[in-house]
Amino acid sequence: MTSLRLRLFIILISATGLIWLAAVSWIYISSQRELEHVLDTRLQEAARMVASLAEGLDRSPVDDTNPKTFNPIPLSGYERQLSCQIWSLDGQLIAKSSGAPEGVLTDRKSGFSDHEINGEAWRVYAVEDASKGVRVLVGDRLGFRERLVGDLVKGLLWPALLIIPLLGILIWLSLNRGFRPLTWITHDLAHRKVDDMSPVNVTSTPSEVRPLTDALNQLFAKMDLARRHERDLTAFAAHELRTPLAGLKAQAQVAIAADDPLVMKRALRQILVSVDRTSRLVRQLLAIARLDAGVEDQGSETIAIGGLIDEIAAATARPDAVTVSVDERLATLTWVVNRECLELAIRNLHENAIQHMPSGNVRWRLGSSPNDIVVEDEGPGIPENELSQVGTRFFRGQFKSAVGSGLGLTISQLALERIGARLLLKNRTDTKGLRAEVLRQA
Amino acid sequence: MRILVVEDDPIIADAVRVGLALGGASVDCVGTCADALAAVSTTRFAAIVLDIMLPDGSGIDVLSEMRARKETIPVLLLTARDEISDRVSGLDAGADDYLVKPFDLDELAARLRAITRRSEGRADAFLVHGAIRVDPTEASVTVDGRLVQLSRREFAVLAALMERPRVVRSRSDLEERLYGWDDDVESNAVEVHIHHLRNKIGREAIETVRGLGYRMRAV
Repeated sequence: MTSLRLRLFIILISATGLIWLAAVSWIYISSQRELEHVLDTRLQEAARMVASLAEGLDRSPVDDTNPKTFNPIPLSGYERQLSCQIWSLDGQLIAKSSGAPEGVLTDRKSGFSDHEINGEAWRVYAVEDASKGVRVLVGDRLGFRERLVGDLVKGLLWPALLIIPLLGILIWLSLNRGFRPLTWITHDLAHRKVDDMSPVNVTSTPSEVRPLTDALNQLFAKMDLARRHERDLTAFAAHELRTPLAGLKAQAQVAIAADDPLVMKRALRQILVSVDRTSRLVRQLLAIARLDAGVEDQGSETIAIGGLIDEIAAATARPDAVTVSVDERLATLTWVVNRECLELAIRNLHENAIQHMPSGNVRWRLGSSPNDIVVEDEGPGIPENELSQVGTRFFRGQFKSAVGSGLGLTISQLALERIGARLLLKNRTDTKGLRAEVLRQA
Repeated sequence: MRILVVEDDPIIADAVRVGLALGGASVDCVGTCADALAAVSTTRFAAIVLDIMLPDGSGIDVLSEMRARKETIPVLLLTARDEISDRVSGLDAGADDYLVKPFDLDELAARLRAITRRSEGRADAFLVHGAIRVDPTEASVTVDGRLVQLSRREFAVLAALMERPRVVRSRSDLEERLYGWDDDVESNAVEVHIHHLRNKIGREAIETVRGLGYRMRAV
């Protein structure tokens, strides 16, 4: 698992570390340069000062009996930093500061130069005064210079080094604070109940996390809808399965308890009706199971639509007051599809039409396109707000029939989908009733 | 005992109507929420059997509406769903009891007797007044321990009077409790039942309060 916090921390720490290192290097280099400049200036000034004082100087050469050394006031810590030699123009050492080397510091007549004397690096400034006949050489050891620069930088470096862990702690704390909205969301999600599909609170969510929380909330909403749908389905199914059983049981108990033979017979007849209803429900459930399993793989054949409708209409019981008419033009219409699917669709549409009207005409006819089939009934139709739901399994609307199960239109819809057709339900505008259009996609 | 059955399935409604009538109750059936609310506002029922899934809405909504109207009639819910949340929401909405489909008709009758008994503030299953003892469970009556054979209607009249023995019950009150909407009521039906009852349980047992109705005689 990659931790965003750890990654950010490492990135921030490396970036600050890099900047810190660059700053320290820059300070080191610039202090060194500045210091060198200052020391060089000091050399220069010292040389000129000595040269200007060289007027009445004893010009006898330096030897053991005549050391002629002078001592500058020692500087604490950086003692004997400067060494001075005064030479005559003819090459005699006239005087030197104590601690200055015996040999000539530089051969150059004037200006700066670096030399190695007795294994030590020196920086020397030479100035020649022809009028006074002296050459003054002032030098200091480079080692001293480096120590000075080192000490200076060390003084700057220690506090800077202490700052590094402090920075780390500060960055870590800031990150934690910055990540707090995420922590809240995590906490909210982690402590949720399994069935809690309420949206994540987005009022305090930073804009960067917003797409994530929005997506989460959309997912929650979708899951909630799916679960509610499933719950409704379970409820409808339980109702449809248990109701005929409840009827059967209650009627059977009536038949047992009744002393009157008429009451008993009536109850037994009701039991028969209930059994018919239940067996129809079982048939429909099996049909749905077959459609779900994918019956369409079983091949297609040429089917005369008119003949099929006649066949189904003849086999379906209907009240005496309900008539069925089949458009003659349907007799010549043929579809090349799976017979079982088409039969299921047509039969369930036919049954649905008959169930929803006590009397009237069920009319099968050709649709507006010559390849489409339309069935119209004279029942109550379907309320507009229920039209989108009637394909839902077990859904039974306001005008449900006494013997329905809420599966008929679902089966028709599923079966038509399997053979590449579509079911369109509309309320009739010419009269009361439902128009079901079976549209064959070309 | 007059019961309203709110059930849209005709076969169940029929079975409940006939089955409860065998136990001495008179039953009216309606199939929608709207009809149920209309029935409750026009007729006094001893109890209501209410299906939850109705074509024009939920039985729970009918129940809530009734309770909002301060109707205290005991209600038994019939539900096809056997989920605790459904039962809890039903009971919370003001139901007195519930049964899950498929249910036992005898159990339904017993539960109806229990919730009506509770709503009348009785703990005892028997109605006792003097020497007369009415057992609603068995639909039987004894006088001094001697079993008396009563018709269904006669039993219903006696049970109605015995519920509150000293309260006067008017003729129309008794008629309403005896007959469903579909029953033809003879204009003197209650008088006839009272006459037969007096012959069977003793002439002095029921007192006529002139111009008002009937009640049990004080013991």
